[in-house]
Amino acid sequence: MTTPQFAATAARVLKQLRNDRRTIALLVVMPSVLIGLFAWLFNSGQMFQRVGPVVLALFPFLMMFLVTSITTLRERTSGTLERLMTTPMTKSGIILGYATAFALFAVVQSLIAVLFAVYVCDLTLAGSMAALLVFAVADALLGTAMGLFLSAFARTEFQAIQFFPLFIVPQIILGGVFMPIDQMPRVLEILARCFPFTYGIEGVANIAAGLGGWDVWRPFLVVVAFVVGFIVLGSLTLPRRTR
Amino acid sequence: MLGAMTSAVTIRGLRVRRGRVQVFDGLDLDIAAGRLTGLIGPSGCGKTTLIRSIVGLQIVQGGDVTVLGRPAGAPELRHRVTYSAQNDGLYRDLSVRDNVAYFAQIAGLPGSEVDRVIAAVGLAGQAKQRADSVSGGQFRRISLAIALLGRPDLILLDEPTVGLDPVLRADLWDMFARLARDGVTLIVSSHVMDEASRCDDLVLLREGQLVAATTPAGLLAETGLADADQAFLELIHRAEGVQP
Ligand SMILES: Nc1ncnc2c1ncn2[C@@H]1O[C@H](COP(=O)(O)OP(=O)(O)O)[C@@H](O)[C@H]1O
Ligand SMILES: [Mg+2]
Repeated sequence: MTTPQFAATAARVLKQLRNDRRTIALLVVMPSVLIGLFAWLFNSGQMFQRVGPVVLALFPFLMMFLVTSITTLRERTSGTLERLMTTPMTKSGIILGYATAFALFAVVQSLIAVLFAVYVCDLTLAGSMAALLVFAVADALLGTAMGLFLSAFARTEFQAIQFFPLFIVPQIILGGVFMPIDQMPRVLEILARCFPFTYGIEGVANIAAGLGGWDVWRPFLVVVAFVVGFIVLGSLTLPRRTR
Repeated sequence: MLGAMTSAVTIRGLRVRRGRVQVFDGLDLDIAAGRLTGLIGPSGCGKTTLIRSIVGLQIVQGGDVTVLGRPAGAPELRHRVTYSAQNDGLYRDLSVRDNVAYFAQIAGLPGSEVDRVIAAVGLAGQAKQRADSVSGGQFRRISLAIALLGRPDLILLDEPTVGLDPVLRADLWDMFARLARDGVTLIVSSHVMDEASRCDDLVLLREGQLVAATTPAGLLAETGLADADQAFLELIHRAEGVQP
């Protein structure tokens, strides 16, 4: 029995994470700490009920974007990606490996954050917790897929970090948390509807509000489509031959 | 004399441009199978570019590179050709064994092969240590262990001995010689001329030009000098003498 390449890659990425205890602690504990902060700030009131679910969508997306950007950039600059390209490794093995590792990680991260939000911070969840978890993992994969793709355009880790204010923060500002999308100025509304994470927030908020059916499936399918799109684009940034 | 043997690598009219530098402009070269070939020349002469072209990582502007009868970089070569780059290409935050095991799994090789190559480079005692915690020489040997995985027919090593102490360098060259004796083709680059004597064949490069494709004995015989370093300089002077 041989291990499939994607499974070997996922195991390797998780081992690298495991050897970095501080990052693990940050990824696992930080979402809950910040959700707790929001709950405290708004005294678990109306505003928290609005922001809480968004934070549950935000963290898997945000952290997986950062972690994927940095790990893949390291893979490029340390020469390991180049070495992989000389082996029988397939591109799908690399990309699916990363996606699997971070999806597994996102399940743990989201599970802890959701349980903390609901049982410690009294976040009312009208919809199903399982659906919320599935959506949070989809958001995490969105972050991973964007990180895989965008890290190709960074030469240094410092540049990779700069993609955060450039590509991620606008998606959060226009994501519908601060103002409902249909009340935004026309141009910003169009922009918001083009951003993938808008749908990541919408789905989680709708699940929390107890909506179901198409109100959840539509944003879910949009997020999945963006994940697939960025993964295809990402695989184009992994050429075997370089200059 | 190379023509009499089977070639592992045949290069015809290779043209490579990197950035603004035309590194090769019509290079022809044959590298014999089952021998230890040293790719030697000063820093910047094109050793890395040549190795990358042979392994199929380099975008080339023209010419043919044939490796074990197939075009360089062909998928079926990825099980038969291994490459260890000048800069590590290892996961520093993983253990020695995890590094080797990952590349073994990718190639569909069993755990016993991981143990074999780790023992072959003398790292059995460090297998559980993190890659970034071993000494410089041991670190190089992790890379070498990965290059040995799956008993490849052709191994390309880019400056594997640079920065190592003389004892360690001698050990590695002994190991390369043993591999070649077992029938493996090795192409090993170095910018240190005194390593030339350890090779079966020599490819001497300077500024992307082939100065000579010879043997250590041939180099000395042709120049009438006793020292490889001086012989290389002599060949360069001669080449410049005929092409003003
Ligand atoms: N990525 C690159 N971009 C532009 N020029 C490069 C690049 N890599 C190498 N070169 C140039 O190509 C030439 C050959 O380099 P290289 O093959 O690395 O030589 P060596 O390995 O013998 O030191 C040098 O002039 C070097 O400056
Ligand atoms: Mg070099």
